[in-house]
Amino acid sequence: MQNTILRMNKIFFKIFTLTIGFSFLYFPILTLIAYSFNDNKRVMVWKGFSFRWYKELFQNEQILEAFYTSIKIASLSATFATIMGVMIGFSLTRISKIPARPFFIFLSSSPLVMPEIILGLSLLLFFISSNHIIGFPSSKGQLTVLISHITFSVAFVAVIIQSRLSSYDKNIEEAAQDLGTIPNMIFWKITAPVILPSIISGWLLAFTLSLDDLVVASFTTGPGANTLPIVVFSKVRLGLSPEVNALSAIIMLIVVLAAISVYFINRSNIK
Amino acid sequence: MIKLNLNLMIHQYFCLMIRYLKKQNFWFVFTPYFWLVLFFFIPLALIFKISISVSEWGMPPYRDLFSLSEEGFKFDSTLSNYLFIFSDPFYIRSYLNSLSLAFTSTILCLVIGYPIAFYVAKSQANIRIILLVLLIIPFWTSFLLRVYAWKVLLQGSGIINSILIHLGFLTEPISMLHNHYAVILGVVYTYLPFMILPLYGYLVKFDLNLIDAANDLGAKPVNTFLKVILPLSLPGIIAGSMLVFIPVVGEFVIPEMLGGSDKLYFGKIIWDEFFVNRDWPVASALAMSGIVILVFPIVIFQLMYAKYNFKNE
Repeated sequence: MQNTILRMNKIFFKIFTLTIGFSFLYFPILTLIAYSFNDNKRVMVWKGFSFRWYKELFQNEQILEAFYTSIKIASLSATFATIMGVMIGFSLTRISKIPARPFFIFLSSSPLVMPEIILGLSLLLFFISSNHIIGFPSSKGQLTVLISHITFSVAFVAVIIQSRLSSYDKNIEEAAQDLGTIPNMIFWKITAPVILPSIISGWLLAFTLSLDDLVVASFTTGPGANTLPIVVFSKVRLGLSPEVNALSAIIMLIVVLAAISVYFINRSNIK
Repeated sequence: MIKLNLNLMIHQYFCLMIRYLKKQNFWFVFTPYFWLVLFFFIPLALIFKISISVSEWGMPPYRDLFSLSEEGFKFDSTLSNYLFIFSDPFYIRSYLNSLSLAFTSTILCLVIGYPIAFYVAKSQANIRIILLVLLIIPFWTSFLLRVYAWKVLLQGSGIINSILIHLGFLTEPISMLHNHYAVILGVVYTYLPFMILPLYGYLVKFDLNLIDAANDLGAKPVNTFLKVILPLSLPGIIAGSMLVFIPVVGEFVIPEMLGGSDKLYFGKIIWDEFFVNRDWPVASALAMSGIVILVFPIVIFQLMYAKYNFKNE
C-alpha cells in the first residue's frame, strides 16, 4: 500500500515537472503565435482574428530581402564551414604525426570560447585595416559577413566531426586496406557513410548559427547586406511589431515541420 | 661560387618542401588552420595592437604604433586605455555584472534543467523521442524571436500582467521589463535547451538498474542521488554549464531587449564604446581585458577538467 502511494507520488512528481518545464519552454512562443492573428496595431490588445500581418509581412520588401540574404549567407557559410570542419576533424584524429597537435587543437577550438561581441569587434577592425593596407575587402557587405560566419562555425563543425571520427572503429578501414581496397574507395565506401550523419548535423548547426547570428553580423555588415536578425532587431529593439509576430509564427511552423520530418526519418530508420 | 651554392641550397630546400607537402596532403591539412589564423588570431592581435595605441581624431581614430617621419622612427604606445578602464568603477562593475549574470543563470538553468532532462531520459522510449523533439524545437527556433516573445509577455499591457490582475494579485499593471530580473529570466529561458540537451545525453546512457541497486542496498533517495546519479552525470553538468556560461558572459542582445539601466553588462559597454563613442582604443582595451577576465578562467577550468578526466581514466 505504502509502496503504491510512493510510486504514485513519484509519477505525479514526474508529470508535474515535465508539464511545468515544457510549459515554460512553449508558453512564450505560443502566445506570440496567438497574437500574430490579432487584427490590431497594438500587439497586446485583442481586436479580432485576421491574417492581416501575414499579408503585410509578405509585402514587406525589407524583410523578404533580408530573409533571402540570410538564407544565402547561411547556406554558403555552412557549406564552407563543414568542408573545413571535416578537414580539421581528419587532421586531428587521423594524422598521428601532425606536429604540435595540442597547438592545433587550441587553434581550432578557441573560437568556441570567444564571446561573439569580441569576435565581431576584432573582425570589423581587421577588415577595416586590411582594406587600408591591401584594399581587400573593398567594402563591408555580404562577403565580410560570410567570412565571419565561416570563422565561428568551423570550430563547432570540427567538434562534431572530431567526436564521431575518434569514436568509430578504425579497424574497419584497416581491414578494407588489407583486403586490397584502394584508399579513395575506402574513403567513399566506408569513412564517408559513417561520418555522413555528423556532416549533416554539422552543416545544420552551422546553418542555424549563421541564421541566428545578430552580433557578429551587426559589426561586419555593410550596405546591402542586412541579414534577417539585423532587420528584426531594428524593428523590435524599442517596441513591439505585429509583423515580427507573424514572422515568428512562420519560422516556428518551418521548425516544427523540420522536426517532425526528422522524427519520421529516424523512426523509419530504426524499423 | 658562394652564390651558386646558395642557389643550390634554396633549390634543395624547395624540393624538400614540395615533397613534404605532397606527402602530407599539405593543403588538406592546413587550409582551415590558415583560415583561423588569418580571420581569428590576426584580428585578435590587431585589437591588442589598437588597445595600446593612442586615441586620435581622424580615420582610423588612433595613432599608428610605429611611425616613420622626419624626426625618425617613432614607437608610440600607451597603457592609458587600460588604466582608464580600471580606474573607472563603471567598467569594473560591468565585468562583475556580466560574471554574476552568467553565474546566476547557469545555476538556475542547471536547477530547472536537471529534473527535466532526468525525467525525459527516464521516460519510455516512444514518449522519450517525442519529448526530445519537443526539447529540440525551441533550440532551433530563432534566438532573437524567443527573447522578443518575453518582451511581449512582460509588457505593462502584457498577458502576465493581465493574468495577475485577473487573479487579484495586482490592482494595476506594473512594468516588469527593463530591469535585471527580466534579463535573468530571458537568459534562463533562451539558454535552457543548451543545458538540458547535454544533460540528457549523459543521463540517457545512465543505467537505471544502478538506482534500484542503491535502493535495494538501503540507500535513501537523497543519498542515491548525491552518490550515484550526480557523479555519473557530472560530465553532462560541466558540458551544459559551459554552453550556458560562455555565451552569456558576452551577451548583448538580451540585456539590450529586456534590460534597463539598473545594471550594465560587458557586451553592451563594448558595443556603446565602439558604435556610440567611436573610441576604438578603449573598446579594444575593454575587449582584451574581457578576454583576460572572462575567458581565461574558462579555458583554465577546461584544461584542469580535461587533466582530471584523463587521470581518472
